[in-house]
Amino acid sequence: MERKKQPQHLAKYLDKKGRPLVAVTGMGMVTSLGCGKDENWSKLTSGVSGIRHIARFPTEGLRTAIAGTVDSVPSSSPTAAGRTKSMAAVAATEALTEAGLSQCDFPGPLFLATPPAEIEWPQRRRIYEAAQGSADHGYRRLIAAARAGNFEDIAEENQFVSVADYLAGHFGTKGLPYSVSTACASGATAIQLGVEAIRRGEASAALCIGTDSSVQLEALVRFSLLSALSTRNETPQTASRPFSRGREGFVMAEGAGALVLEDLQAAVQRGATILGLVRGCGEMADDYHRTRSKPDGSAIIGAMRRAIDDACIAPADIDHVNAHGTSTPENDKMEFLSLSAVLGEHLQQTPVSSNKSMIGHTLSAAGAIEAVISLLTIQNGLIPPTINCDEQDPEITMDVVPGVARAARVRNVLSNSFGFGGQNACLVLGAYDASNA
Amino acid sequence: MNARDVWITGVGLLTSLGEGGEAHVSALQANAGTLHIDEMTYAPYPIYPLGDVDFGKQIPKKSDQRQMELWQRVGVYASGLALADSGLAHDPVLLSKTNLIVAAGSGGRDTAVDSRILDTMSSTTETELLAKEILPTALRPTLFLAQLSNLLAGNISIVHNVTASSRTFMGEEMAGLAAIENAHRRITSGQGDIFLVGGALNANREDLLLGYELGKNLWAHPYKGVWSRKEKGGGFIPGSAGAFLVLEAREHAEARGRKPYARLCDVVTDCCRRKPGEATRALGSLFDTLDVPEGPLAVMSGASGVEPIASEELEFLQGLDERGYQVAIHAHGSQIGHTVEAHFPAGVGLAALALANGRFFAPSDENWVETEFEGDSLSRVLVTGAGHWRGEGLALLERVE
Repeated sequence: MERKKQPQHLAKYLDKKGRPLVAVTGMGMVTSLGCGKDENWSKLTSGVSGIRHIARFPTEGLRTAIAGTVDSVPSSSPTAAGRTKSMAAVAATEALTEAGLSQCDFPGPLFLATPPAEIEWPQRRRIYEAAQGSADHGYRRLIAAARAGNFEDIAEENQFVSVADYLAGHFGTKGLPYSVSTACASGATAIQLGVEAIRRGEASAALCIGTDSSVQLEALVRFSLLSALSTRNETPQTASRPFSRGREGFVMAEGAGALVLEDLQAAVQRGATILGLVRGCGEMADDYHRTRSKPDGSAIIGAMRRAIDDACIAPADIDHVNAHGTSTPENDKMEFLSLSAVLGEHLQQTPVSSNKSMIGHTLSAAGAIEAVISLLTIQNGLIPPTINCDEQDPEITMDVVPGVARAARVRNVLSNSFGFGGQNACLVLGAYDASNA
Repeated sequence: MNARDVWITGVGLLTSLGEGGEAHVSALQANAGTLHIDEMTYAPYPIYPLGDVDFGKQIPKKSDQRQMELWQRVGVYASGLALADSGLAHDPVLLSKTNLIVAAGSGGRDTAVDSRILDTMSSTTETELLAKEILPTALRPTLFLAQLSNLLAGNISIVHNVTASSRTFMGEEMAGLAAIENAHRRITSGQGDIFLVGGALNANREDLLLGYELGKNLWAHPYKGVWSRKEKGGGFIPGSAGAFLVLEAREHAEARGRKPYARLCDVVTDCCRRKPGEATRALGSLFDTLDVPEGPLAVMSGASGVEPIASEELEFLQGLDERGYQVAIHAHGSQIGHTVEAHFPAGVGLAALALANGRFFAPSDENWVETEFEGDSLSRVLVTGAGHWRGEGLALLERVE
């Protein structure tokens, strides 16, 4: 990619650490609630759940038969990779339209949070069946069939780069597209990569997308075997219950969130509408356990503190927390304890809500989708509720905005994302005020 | 702000050639002949397996080892070598400041379970129903964590206590390009001082072979070096490897008294659509952005042997002769196999070892594409990384006197 010389910035376009401020000029999203920000925002602020019975494959006998599937976006292929691409493209198109930028010649890099690629059972079966009459069994037969046949479609989707490659080609992003996986923090990490690139002066714009369509049979079974999923199959809309007494697991869900990030000064100069700022990013890896955080919460606490410090604000400046809030017993307790440590008494005045109560856990996409919702919260002065929390866990003594959306002046949102493998990434999204930027 | 120098202060390599810098330098400085290739197990596909590795040396807890698939153990082992090599191992203060970037695919599937399901299913059409009935009992609950791409990084954090940050990039060879590029950029710009960067691959995996053979990417013949596969259509031989580097801001390394193997001057990348000739031009354009003095130029090539990209890369490299460079190429893929995500980090690590020794590696191919380096002294090495399907990148390393 061509390297640009860092432009001279007016002081008002720099943060307190002297770095270029990063603006958000376009946003798009797809979730189980629908396509686009308008439909999502109206449902999110009305407390609607997108969780439903899985219709994509038979679920009899499975412990968990519910998910926040996205069935409204036509997909180029009936695979997770196909749906992942299609949802990302829909979200990014919405974001680019709002930003007023070209749909096919984006002036910067792509940072994509996407799930790992894999061959699914119907495809594996198709390869196996192609070798009818073969005396071979198992993988020897699959590999022989692969050598003899033409499975270009499966081959391409099985490349880990395929989603990024498709999106980079479709939107004309520049340079090497990055595919990042920090498990359930991936969406936040994609945004962090964009922020860092703009701060370095490498790019004046970055397209950051989180997308995930993992609701396929084996992925569901895998999470189920880890006892991570809610089994409230009878009443899907009540299954995701962050911070409630009866929570017993998360709900797998699909979706995509896209953000156009721009160097604030460049965005103002081109006359773009500034939707908000990504003020700060923080991360810290946990070395305690593959799926659990340190009992003292120090890595989560560290990630939040670093994000707040990176945003050049104080903990008391956080007006609202868009929680990771998965609805697992462990996560929600640890997140509350860590928020107590970071915000101290200020937590008592800070509304905390979990979007996952309505849209489920969108895994690799969650950080990006929830960043979009955080910025909509700032723009609209309205905080989406945490639904299904009619009986709050008595050990979680914070304001979780139960049931009903609440009007409030929100200037800074802390958005948390934590993932398996000790991944913790936090963002601070902020309001943009042209008069004292 | 002036860009800061990036030093390579640790190299951790575990490949079919052995472990550690010395084993690799001596194998690569001798002419070929020391290759460790298995042509039988997955015939007609050769692979480069690892020799015996005592994983307990870097992963003391058996419980940790049990939680990992082989690719994770290989990566955790190699990252431990790099940390020790750089004097970071067991230093809690430095490790808590060390940023981790891993280039990863995913771990192996339970192929015995898959095979059993496929055989059962061939007698019925109820694919999903059968899979559903079998999978919940057949899959090990912890297998998912052993397969998940970012859990190589997770295990490195757990075993070696690297905790400042942790990012995993995916995308085959592009993951390796992104990992080295991102670390370099964060160091030069002051966004981080010290990074552990690399990747790992286990070639001894039928599901990996399946994935790459679906795209007709594998070499399905007896061994030949990467430059000698064109007439049979090209292809790569997967190589098991863990390749990790410690990249560090010069000031940071000097403050703790570390000498570098080499300076990582620059990393440049692109991703063209691979129309005929496009990759040759992309590599040429990337080279133009580097500041390489004319004269003898050692090239550590990441060529995989897959066509047409191997020929396109060679055209770029041989074209440098007309521009005043006397190019001496060495493709490490001929000797350690193609290690996909780990291949670019491995190339950078090997180039760093060569620079520290002041001597480039011996030619290793049978087609005379590779020649002896003829400069008086080895002062810089160009590392190439052209993905078998997508992604182009170059790194320039310089000797530090």
